[in-house]
Amino acid sequence: MSWLTPTVVEVLIAMSQALVILVVVMLLGAVMTVVERRLLGLWQDRYGPNRVGPFGSLQLVADMIKILFKEDWIPPFADRALFVLAPIIAMASLLLAFMIIPLTPAWGVADWNIGLLFFFAMAGINVYAVLLGGWSSGNKYALLGAMRATAQTLSYEVFMGLSLMGVVALAGSFNMREIVAAQQSLWFIIPQFLGFCTFLIAGVAVTHRHPFDQPEAEQELADGYHIEYSGMKFGMFFIGEYIGMVLVSALIVTLFFGGWLGPWLPPFVWFALKTAALLVLFVLLRASLPRPRYDRVMSFGWRICLPLTLINLLLTGAVILLVSPAGN
Amino acid sequence: MNLEISTSAVAGEGVTNDPIVVALKQRFGERGIHEQATLTGIPVVWLSRDVLSEALAFLRDMPDPFEMLFDLSAIDERLRTRREGLPESDFTVFYHLLSVSRNRDVMLKVALREGDLELPSVISLYPNADWYEREVWDMFGIDFRGHPHLTRILMPPTWQGHPLRKDYPARATEFDPYTLTVEGQDREQRALQFDPEAWGMRRESDDTEFMFLNLGPNHPSAHGAFRIVLQLDGEVIVDCVPDIGYHHRGAEKMGERQSWHSFIPYTDRVDYTGGVVNNLPYVLAVEKLAGIEVPGRVKAIRIMLTELFRINSHLLFLGTYLQDLGAMSPVFYTFTDRQKAYEVIEAITGLRMHPSWFRIGGVTQDLPRGWDRLMQGFLDWMPKRLREYERAMMDNAVVRDRTRHIAAYNTQEALAWGVTGPNLRATGLDFDLRKRRPYSGYEQFDFEVPVAANGDVFDRGWIRIEEMRQSLRIIQQCVDHMPAGDYKADHPLTTPPPRERMLEHIETLITHFLQVSWGPVLEANESLSMIEATKGINGYYLTSDGSTMSYRTRIRTPSFPHLQQIPVVIRGGLVSDLIAHLGSIDFVMADVDR
Repeated sequence: MSWLTPTVVEVLIAMSQALVILVVVMLLGAVMTVVERRLLGLWQDRYGPNRVGPFGSLQLVADMIKILFKEDWIPPFADRALFVLAPIIAMASLLLAFMIIPLTPAWGVADWNIGLLFFFAMAGINVYAVLLGGWSSGNKYALLGAMRATAQTLSYEVFMGLSLMGVVALAGSFNMREIVAAQQSLWFIIPQFLGFCTFLIAGVAVTHRHPFDQPEAEQELADGYHIEYSGMKFGMFFIGEYIGMVLVSALIVTLFFGGWLGPWLPPFVWFALKTAALLVLFVLLRASLPRPRYDRVMSFGWRICLPLTLINLLLTGAVILLVSPAGN
Repeated sequence: MNLEISTSAVAGEGVTNDPIVVALKQRFGERGIHEQATLTGIPVVWLSRDVLSEALAFLRDMPDPFEMLFDLSAIDERLRTRREGLPESDFTVFYHLLSVSRNRDVMLKVALREGDLELPSVISLYPNADWYEREVWDMFGIDFRGHPHLTRILMPPTWQGHPLRKDYPARATEFDPYTLTVEGQDREQRALQFDPEAWGMRRESDDTEFMFLNLGPNHPSAHGAFRIVLQLDGEVIVDCVPDIGYHHRGAEKMGERQSWHSFIPYTDRVDYTGGVVNNLPYVLAVEKLAGIEVPGRVKAIRIMLTELFRINSHLLFLGTYLQDLGAMSPVFYTFTDRQKAYEVIEAITGLRMHPSWFRIGGVTQDLPRGWDRLMQGFLDWMPKRLREYERAMMDNAVVRDRTRHIAAYNTQEALAWGVTGPNLRATGLDFDLRKRRPYSGYEQFDFEVPVAANGDVFDRGWIRIEEMRQSLRIIQQCVDHMPAGDYKADHPLTTPPPRERMLEHIETLITHFLQVSWGPVLEANESLSMIEATKGINGYYLTSDGSTMSYRTRIRTPSFPHLQQIPVVIRGGLVSDLIAHLGSIDFVMADVDR
C-alpha cells in the first residue's frame, strides 16, 4: 500500500468532503422547495403540501419522481444548444460558488485566498443562464424576462461587490476563513451594517427571489425566462434558485454573522442555525411584500444602494485609518 | 325619411312628455319624433336615421348634457307581433343615453328596413360606441358607415351569420354536428393571428422595431379568457388592442328561448362573482312588466343578499388586485373572509356561487331560523380584517408606488367611455344608483357613497374597501330591522306561486301547474331596470311580445365598456402598469362577453 501516502489520504478526504457538501447542498436546495411551501402555508392560513408522508415530508420524493419522468421537451423553435446549456449553467455556477463557504473550521471544499472573488465570478456567470435561457427559448415572454434579468443584474452586481469591500477591508483578506476568524470578538454586522443591508438586497436580487423576481414576475411575464422549460431542465432552474438562496444565506452568515462562531453548541450547528434563519427570512420576504415596478428596482439600485455602499466604504476606510494610522 | 306610423295611438299610458322629448320635438319637428309608451321609466323616442347623429350631438352638447352612451344595441323586430303604435321596422337600433347632471335617461330608437341595414357611426360623438357598434354588426349584421374597424367582436372572425337575428337558430340540435379538422383548426388559428396593419399600427418606427406581444387569452393576470395584444417598445406600451369574445355564451339569445322564470339561473352566471346581484335587475324588470309590487320583507332580503355578494365580490377583487401587484398572501386572507360569507349564503340559499335565489315576485324561500346570528357573526368578523388590509397593504410604500397616478382618468373621460360603478366614483363623482335612483327600497337605508379623487389604480382599490364598510352597514340595518311579512308577493304572476294554498283550491293548483310547466305570460311591453351591481351599472332591457318568453333580452354589463377603455388609459405605460390596471378594473370575462 505504498501509494497510500499522506498526500493521497488528504486528497481522498478532501474529495469525500466535497462530495458530501455537494450532495447536502443539492438536497437542501430541493428540501427548501417543500419547506418554503409549508412556511408559506403557515403564514397564509392554509396547510401547504401535507398529504405525502407524515406532515408532507415525502412531498419532495413525489415532486422529484414527477419532474424526472416528465417529457423533456425542447420547443422546435428554440436554439437547442443554448437551450440545454442554460439550466446547466444556472445550477452549476451556484453549486460551484458553494466551494468557498467554510462550514466549520475543518469542513469546506476550498480554502482560497481569492474566496470572495470566486463568488462574484460565479454570480456573474449565473446571469448567462437566465440570459441564454430567455434568448434561446424563442418566446417573447422569455425574452422580456431575460432583458429584465440582464438590466437588473447589471445594476445590482455593481454594488454587490462594493458592499462587501468593507468586510474585506476590516478582515484584511478575501479568504473566507480569515474573514470568519476576524469576527472572533465582534460580528461584522455591527461595524458593517450598511454593507449588510445592501448585500442582503443584492443577494435577493442575484437569486431572482421576490421582490426582485422581475425576470419571472408570474403576474406580468407568466414566469418569464423559463416559460418554455419543462421536466428536469425546469427542475434545474428551480433547484438552482433554491441553491442560490442557500448560498447567499451561507455567505451572509459567513461574512456578517461570524460563520460557525458561537458559544456552547458545536460550530456546524451554529452555522446551520444561522443559515436556516436567513432562509426563513427569504421566504418571509416573498410572503409579505408586493413587487415593485421594474424601473423602480433599477433606480433603487443606482440611486440608493450604490451611494450607500460607497458611503459605507468611505466610512470603513476612514475608521480603519483612524484606528491604525500606520497601516500595520 | 318620414316615419310611417301604423296606427295613430301615439299618446297613451307610459308616454312621459319629458322635457327632453319636448326639446327634441322643438329641434327636429313634431313629425320626425315619435315617443313610444313603455314601462321602461325613461322616454323612448323614435327618430329617423337622417337626424340620428344630429340628435345625439344635440343631446350631448345641450346644457345639462347626456354625457354617457350607456348602451347601444338592436332588436330584430321581424317576428314581433304586438307592436301597435310603433313605426314600421325590421331591425331597430337603440341608443340609451344617460345624463348624470339631470339624473335622467333617454332612449333613441332608429327603425331600419331589411334591405337597407345601415346607420352612421357615432364614434366621433361617443367614443365607446366603437365596440357597441361592432357588437351590433356581429350579432345583427347592421352596417355602421364610417366605423374604422367594423369586424366581429364576440364571435370568432371566421363565423358565418348573425346570431341574434330571429332566423338564426338558438339550439345546438338545430345545427349540423360540429366538427373540426386539422385544416379547419389551422384556418381558425391563422384568423386569430394579429395583423398590426389592420389596426393601423406600424411594425417599426424610425429607430426601433416594435414587439407585438399576445397577452392572453391564457395569462395569469388576464382574469379569464381575455386577450390584449400589446405593441411594445422595450417594455413601454405604444398601443394595444383588447380582444374579447372568448367567454361568449349567448346569454341574450338564451333569454329568447327560456321562460321568464327559467332564465333566472342564466343571469347568475353573467357576472359570476356577483351571484344574486345579477338576479336583481332581471327580476325587477320582469316585475315592472308584470306589475308586481313586492312586500317589504322581500326588498330587505334582496338588499341584504345583494350587499353580501357585493362584499364577496369586492373581497375577490381585493385579493387578486394585490396579487397582481405581486403580493401573494392577501388573496388567501380574503378567501378566508369569503368563506365566512359563503357560510351565511349557504345557510340562507343552500348554494354558494350561483344561488339563483330571487324569483319573480319574491325570493325562493323565507330566511331560515337563526340566520341573524350567522349574519351577525360575519358582520363582527369583517371590520378588523378590512382595517388590516388597509394597514398592511394600502399603506404599503411599494403598493402606493405601483398604483398612485397609474392608469388615471378623470370624470369626463370616464363618462365619455361609459365607465360606471366604483371605477367612476374613484374619479370623484358620487354617482351611485342606490342613492340617485333608489330601487328595491334602498332609500330606507342609511349609508354613504365613498368617493375618491384621482381616478388611479390606487383609488380604485381603496374605494372598494370603503364600499365594503358601507355594505356592512346596510347589512347590519337589515339584521336589526328585518321587516316581517311574506317572502313572495300575492300576485297571479308571482312565479312559482305561493305554495301554501295550492293544495286547497283547484284554481291555484292549475295556476301553479301552468306557471311552473309553461311559465307566466307577460303583457306585451318593454321594461328596463338598472342597478348598481358589483362592478358598475348592470341593466336589463326586456321586450315582451305577450308570451311566456322574452322577445329580446338586452343585458348591459359594466365590464364591457371598462375593457374598451384600456388602450386610451394605458398608452405610454409599462407592462407592469397594465397588469396593475387590469387588476384595478375588476372585471370578469363572463360579464364582458355574456
